[in-house]
Amino acid sequence: MGEPIRLACDVLVIGGGMAAAWAAIAAAEAGAHVAMVDKGYCGTSGVTATGGPNHWWVPEDPALRAQAIARQSSKAQGLADEAWMEQILALTFRHLPTLAPWYPFGSDGAGGIYHSGVRGPEYMRALRSFALARGVTILDHHPALELLADREARVSGARGHALRHDAPWDIRAGATILATGGCAFRSGLIGSALNTGDGYLMGAEAGAELSGMEFSIAFSLSPAWASTRTLPFTAARFFDEAGHEIDVPSPRAGHAHHQALGRAMLAGPVYADLSEAPAALPPILHRIQPLTTASFARAGIDPFRQRFPVRLFGEGTIRGTGGLRILDQECRTSVAGLFAAGDAATRELVAGAASGGGAVNSAWALSSGRIAGEAAAREARPIRPDSALTGLGRAGLHPTAEARALDQRGLAASIESHMHHYDRALFRRRASLSASLDTLGCHWDFIAAHGQATGAAALPLRELAAMAATARWCTAAALARDETRGVHVRIDAPDLAPSRGHRLIVGGLDTVRLRPDVLLEDAA
Amino acid sequence: MIEVIREDLCTSCNRCVEVCPTLVFDEGGKTPLIARPDACQTCYLCELYCPTGAIHVGHDQFARQSPAPDHSLHASLIAADHGWAAPLDAGQLDDYRLLGPLLNEGVEIAARRQIKG
Ligand SMILES: Cc1cc2nc3c(=O)[nH]c(=O)nc-3n(C[C@H](O)[C@H](O)[C@H](O)COP(=O)(O)OP(=O)(O)OC[C@H]3O[C@@H](n4cnc5c(N)ncnc54)[C@H](O)[C@@H]3O)c2cc1C
Ligand code: SF4
Ligand code: SF4
Repeated sequence: MGEPIRLACDVLVIGGGMAAAWAAIAAAEAGAHVAMVDKGYCGTSGVTATGGPNHWWVPEDPALRAQAIARQSSKAQGLADEAWMEQILALTFRHLPTLAPWYPFGSDGAGGIYHSGVRGPEYMRALRSFALARGVTILDHHPALELLADREARVSGARGHALRHDAPWDIRAGATILATGGCAFRSGLIGSALNTGDGYLMGAEAGAELSGMEFSIAFSLSPAWASTRTLPFTAARFFDEAGHEIDVPSPRAGHAHHQALGRAMLAGPVYADLSEAPAALPPILHRIQPLTTASFARAGIDPFRQRFPVRLFGEGTIRGTGGLRILDQECRTSVAGLFAAGDAATRELVAGAASGGGAVNSAWALSSGRIAGEAAAREARPIRPDSALTGLGRAGLHPTAEARALDQRGLAASIESHMHHYDRALFRRRASLSASLDTLGCHWDFIAAHGQATGAAALPLRELAAMAATARWCTAAALARDETRGVHVRIDAPDLAPSRGHRLIVGGLDTVRLRPDVLLEDAA
Repeated sequence: MIEVIREDLCTSCNRCVEVCPTLVFDEGGKTPLIARPDACQTCYLCELYCPTGAIHVGHDQFARQSPAPDHSLHASLIAADHGWAAPLDAGQLDDYRLLGPLLNEGVEIAARRQIKG
């Protein structure tokens, strides 16, 4: 093992995707000394890096903005907040172009610059350069394992492990931002291997709550051999093994599109036929999404001429809306000293019951990052080097019973299947949700009772605990919301219930607690 | 999944060791070691970052291919398509604005087909 690493800073940002980078940049611009710790490499880790986030983008015209907000509000089905929407539209419009010194913005085809959609690898490469130029200290391959708190229970930094040096690290910070992304439950979704919900777990251990977890349900269609981007697929026709066409409603049908595909995939292999794709697409796909063309070229398949097998990859809370509950306009959680941004935070404030994928999530990640970064810089208090800090991590670090070896692969596969199995996820209903909740509760109890590891081996165990906790919160909220609203579709309660027009707040580890968002009800 | 690092092209710069998000590689002798292939998430980003086109990632995210595929067909294509060697104002993302419109056009095609059918 290497020498322990001990540092102090004003603002600690945990994560290395777009939300973390924007947070670190904003905090540094506000004058803070900022450290950013990433489980992977800031530039390649997280779903931003392999994606191509199109940001919600509306010019500074009050009428256009009002229209866009009204449209988004109706999709959100009563659970979002228009002041937040206005805020993220303004911040995105102002800040995305500031990336120009590092990002090769292309033409908008009309003599101007196209800003709103950016390609992941270039976006994250640019954000890294931007953060370095602002003096941010970036620590790659330094996953956080637990938060630290002072005597007043104020979060005061974190502790983790430096994987390449094989050394523990400990960073004291005046304010801490969780920007650890969402949780894809190791579904294989492109770019999501490190997105295991660690921030949700660390936040909950500190006493933070979550919101919108029932809306954490999304899937993306890809070749069966690898998760790719979905651009080539929107005009697809689908066939079964015998070559019979499968009746799949168009992607515009949303959930019903995925239900039809999921049902067919449960019955046998499904093949896509992209021969009716837009004529302009095949010649330029490699200029837009080179990694998608690479995947087909290496498989030896011309996707626009040959049928090939497809499957749906679960996206968990990514492109859903659930995450750590935000208490105010400054991205504070309910825990002193702790902020949340990006997919680690709830996106219910701007997406409501709808999916945040497609534009709103990335505008949220940029804006919540900037907001949290500035607020954290303002609020950061110096931490005395001698003040006693306590690690808040439990499951996987401090078992409540005797330590035992766990079947980590088996448990992870079971958790993923309770979240993403097509029958359970696409056909949500009381009986299967409550059976899942029981099993997930047993998994959590077992991990909390017996899981223990130190050093680098603590990481996979903490990831497992985070996935178990996240799956429980999602499932408990989906069970409690006995109606259909937005992306949360219950086949046993297919209508929207006006009495359920409030957010659901969930939290707790050994016991999961649920409550309606009373503040919102009072306001309504 | 990660397939090979070509010894004849690799300059041992260790960039791939640094940038791989899931730490698949360890610093080694002549070339980095593919120490943890099971951790590979098939993101192709090591290939994009490698300055010499020495890395080849296979298309199957669930298994390594054996025998390892012929890499020469695809060498450096990913980096070339991304335009990373060119200056930032070379227009490498000039078609990127078409992503949204093409995606929507595909949805329209599917919706029209349904009305007809
Ligand atoms: C294929 C795809 C396409 C998408 N397209 C769009 C789109 O067009 N428009 C849109 O608005 N949204 C889109 N989204 C959603 C959007 O990409 C996300 O909302 C956004 O990228 C989230 O950024 P983030 O920084 O919160 O998370 P991520 O980019 O996932 O970053 C999370 C980071 O946290 C780090 N991390 C995790 N755990 C720890 C730990 N314990 N310690 C330290 N670091 C940790 C990871 O290494 C990673 O760097 C898409 C998503 C996908 C998957
Ligand atoms: S990045 Fe390429 S050249 Fe550098 S060590 Fe890795 S394989 Fe070799
Ligand atoms: S494809 Fe991605 S995960 Fe696999 S070795 Fe390369 S950088 Fe690492």
